[in-house]
Amino acid sequence: MKTFSLGGVHPADNKISCDAAIENFPIPETAYISMSQHLGAPAEPIVAVGDKVKVGQLIANASGFISAPVHSSVSGTVKAIDTIKDLAGNPCKAVVITVEGDEWVETIDRSDAIVKEIKLDSKEIIAKIQECGVVGLGGATFPTNVKLSPPPGKKAEFLIINAAECEPYLTSDYRVLVEMPEQVLIGASIMMKALNVTQGFIGIEENKPKAIEILNKYASAYPQIKVVVLKKKYPQGGEKQLIDAVVGRRVPSKGLPIDTGAVVQNVGTALAVYEAVQKNKPLFEGILTVTGQCSNVQKNYKHRVGTPISKIIEVTGGIPESAAKVISGGPMMGKAMANLDAPTLKGSSSVLYLTEEQTKRKEESNCIRCGKCVSACPMGLEPYLLNKLSKVARWDDAEAHFIYDCIECGCCQFTCPAYIPLLDSIRFGKAKVMGIMRSRPKK
Amino acid sequence: MKKLLVSPSPHIHGKENTRNLMRDVIIALLPAVAVSIYYFGFSAIKLVLVGVISCMLVEFLIQKFLLKGKCTICDCSAALTGVLLALNLPPNSPWWLMVIGAIVAIGVAKMTFGGLGQNLFNPALVGRVFLLVSFPVLMTDWTAPASFFGASLDAASGATPLALVKEAVAAGTPVSEIFAQNPSLSYSQLLFARVGSAGEVSAIALLLGFVYLLVRRVIKPHITLSIWATVFVFSGILWLCNPDQFTDPIFNLLTGGMLLGSIFMATDYVTSPMSEKGMIIFGAGIGIITILIREFGAYPEGISFAILIMNATVPLINMYVKPKRFAKEAK
Amino acid sequence: MSTTIIFTVVSLSLLGLLLAVVLYFVAQKFKVEEDPRIDIVEALMPGANCGGCGQAGCRAFAEACTKAENLDNLYCPVGGNPVMQKIAGALGFEVAEKAPMVAVVRCAGSCDKRPKTNVYDGAASCAIMSALYPGDTGCKYGCLGKGDCTNACNFGAISMDPVSGLPVVDDEKCTACGACVKACPKGVIELRNKGPKSRRVFVSCINKDKGGVARKACTAACIGCGKCAKTCPFGAITVENNVAYIDFNKCKLCTKCVAECPTGAIHAVNFPPRPPKPAAAPAAPAAAPAEKAPAAAPAEKAPAAAPAEKAPAAAPAEKTQVAVPVAEKKEA
Repeated sequence: MKTFSLGGVHPADNKISCDAAIENFPIPETAYISMSQHLGAPAEPIVAVGDKVKVGQLIANASGFISAPVHSSVSGTVKAIDTIKDLAGNPCKAVVITVEGDEWVETIDRSDAIVKEIKLDSKEIIAKIQECGVVGLGGATFPTNVKLSPPPGKKAEFLIINAAECEPYLTSDYRVLVEMPEQVLIGASIMMKALNVTQGFIGIEENKPKAIEILNKYASAYPQIKVVVLKKKYPQGGEKQLIDAVVGRRVPSKGLPIDTGAVVQNVGTALAVYEAVQKNKPLFEGILTVTGQCSNVQKNYKHRVGTPISKIIEVTGGIPESAAKVISGGPMMGKAMANLDAPTLKGSSSVLYLTEEQTKRKEESNCIRCGKCVSACPMGLEPYLLNKLSKVARWDDAEAHFIYDCIECGCCQFTCPAYIPLLDSIRFGKAKVMGIMRSRPKK
Repeated sequence: MKKLLVSPSPHIHGKENTRNLMRDVIIALLPAVAVSIYYFGFSAIKLVLVGVISCMLVEFLIQKFLLKGKCTICDCSAALTGVLLALNLPPNSPWWLMVIGAIVAIGVAKMTFGGLGQNLFNPALVGRVFLLVSFPVLMTDWTAPASFFGASLDAASGATPLALVKEAVAAGTPVSEIFAQNPSLSYSQLLFARVGSAGEVSAIALLLGFVYLLVRRVIKPHITLSIWATVFVFSGILWLCNPDQFTDPIFNLLTGGMLLGSIFMATDYVTSPMSEKGMIIFGAGIGIITILIREFGAYPEGISFAILIMNATVPLINMYVKPKRFAKEAK
Repeated sequence: MSTTIIFTVVSLSLLGLLLAVVLYFVAQKFKVEEDPRIDIVEALMPGANCGGCGQAGCRAFAEACTKAENLDNLYCPVGGNPVMQKIAGALGFEVAEKAPMVAVVRCAGSCDKRPKTNVYDGAASCAIMSALYPGDTGCKYGCLGKGDCTNACNFGAISMDPVSGLPVVDDEKCTACGACVKACPKGVIELRNKGPKSRRVFVSCINKDKGGVARKACTAACIGCGKCAKTCPFGAITVENNVAYIDFNKCKLCTKCVAECPTGAIHAVNFPPRPPKPAAAPAAPAAAPAEKAPAAAPAEKAPAAAPAEKAPAAAPAEKTQVAVPVAEKKEA
């Protein structure tokens, strides 16, 4: 069975919520739709306070090449265009809408019928995806249309659908595969058409037998798409690792996936692309897992973007007694929430509760130079060294040891027997070094 | 309202920690300890207990009164040094020898450098080599493994296989004759019960420990296998050149501290390289130096010195031998 | 036997002599010509190599001094004026006297005044913490309390107070090298004029939020009400972005603003204690010098005799930074 070649760790799977079918989360009374739901420049609101908006209506335009438009996820009146706090507590601009009913824009096809025929051509597909504000839902929320338009001189050879979902706990992609396999496959076909490639892969880890079975069943109708079963290992879902695992090519350092001819898209993105292109539905809903051993419920919800997380917590019975940390995303790369009133975003994938025992950091002790971080690093770096160099601010040395290659997967810190917060300082050092590198005049 | 924890990712941690790793190494040493108790009885028990207690005590006292840091003996690393040092001494060593060894091992080789993780040389080996050069007579007073719980006072003493061969070769006896004259050099004896330090009596027990360490993923096999391969090849070449003067490779692998050293001492995290390539170079260096000392040096046994010498090169190896990168920059 | 000894001694001596000669010629050949004044200047310097002057170290500073046209842009904050005078003397320059500076922590959000809203559990570094999120309190401007400033200080002049969770500067040890100012990711620390007898008045808050928001996050916050600016007879106080700032070049240390501030955000340090007011005074410590202080004697309510009676005579260097809680009655 295939997997990526260097490093990796094996955190416990904990896919507790895998059997919970996707339910619709109730529409909130007030939606806070953030303008920074994607990588890149925040969107520019085009509505004014007092405006009536419908579900799916464009409320903010993309404000640059790497940016994405934002659509309303609810119908009602714009109450304010204000600065709110995101889940870390940083200020961000948002359109606040008081919900009245649930009236959708007429052009959206709300039927359950699966539309298989792809009518649009490559350019139209990319334009449609851009128009509908589709962004990568694997974590980075990079605008999908940009990813589907390779820069001049680069040619895509194949599309890889990332169904690895290697993060523990998360089950949103898994549920999408189980419940909507055809939509995902059609979404993949659409993107292949947009990229003008004939080869597609779906990379999935072996720990999801049911999804593999369903996918294989439906994929037989799509001869160009091959389901590749991968050995379970974190961070298989990392873009570079997935390309390595599926086709055995390595993205060069400082390079982009397209340098290997691969374009990687997440399962959720494939679904969003299907809905955008075939159903004319902009991206304003997402699948979100509510889970954790101590969680009151194990649920997979389809939520409207802009639902306050506190609302989700309230509906699912409040913060569990023993929970000490609430995380948006998986336990390896997700963000700990400091502000529970923050709204969900397009890329929100979970509300994960961890107990103090599971998550509280143990006291750091001396590095015993066991080299486990070196073995675990999927990029072949020396985390123990980068940690030290970052701490003493030796940025030139850190750069010479390729700190910029770090993908911040957290394997080093996960595996460190001395509980040293390696990634904390490496991430900081990486940001510094990247800043220095960017400020250098280009040759 | 409850105050939530906030931290950068990752939010979970693996099960491994320093203490578990050290404990696993101690568990891997238990077969060897059991065998030495089987053969040497009370004196072996005494040796291990004195070793563990004195090492932990020295670390505790230094940490408390000299460095004034927090107590670190709970990480089991001092206990591990104690067990290793005990297994490196002749089975009937007096208790005070063990205590001196512990003071040197922990006090000089470990704590002076700043404690666990900071030392350049393997503490147990520094202790052993210190004792070897300071008390050469006591340190080469070997008791032959007797039967179950062998008598500790009037036990027969003997020479280690390596010393036996070295002396005879120096006297001009061809190697094949030495083997024919000494039944204690047969493979069955070498595998199960031979003259030597408390820990090296049984090769099988040590190999059992090696398997345990590998299964539990405590160590990587690179260093150990690299040592074995180098010893086998290098001593094999010498043996093929002149079988009368040099011993065969299997004999070299099974005798002396080769197994104890290659499995438990050379693989010490702190004093071995980080990358796999570095580990192989490190092991090869140990193998070559060991055979050079054994065959051409004054001592019959050389692995302790070989490991210590290679320990000194570890920072250099770490600096120049880098792990394989995921991918290089595009051209 | 004796010949062996003689031979050994002689041969070793010859070897030593030979090597000495070789070394001498090598040293001559590869000699680096340097301005001899660099050594002279370097000898005058404190030798802390802190980099507070902006150069790589004391020698680099000395080199810069010898090359410079004048010493206007060169100042050793550690050595201060005396050292600069000496350097100027050695090099034949004139230097203007600079007022001594000191690092001032502009945050008073101690644990009781600025309650925590969450618990930070990452690496103990302000830089890393501030890269992650705005902080573990409602205030996103204030001190994070992880001690990057104390780690940056080469002189042991800044330490974390375990009770308040804020850094405390030791005026005597502080050389105003600015290392802590650079280290603080929140920009909480400022270099300010040390002031006569170390007396100074400053706004101990940099919260730019609107008054209500700031007040909700921290009871010691500056709410930008502007009362102090109106009170100040010298126009030293400006309110910008909802936070007041006292220009230390204009401030005459009258401390009128201190009494005016509704949240106690303006701190006056090292002033003799005010005449005892009920309940507020007992904490007012005995650190201030007992003598009369003409520069600081507040116009209205400070009878010069009172401090002389109350404060014990001995007031040595250790406890220099003592805020005088003047505005406490207004808290209620």
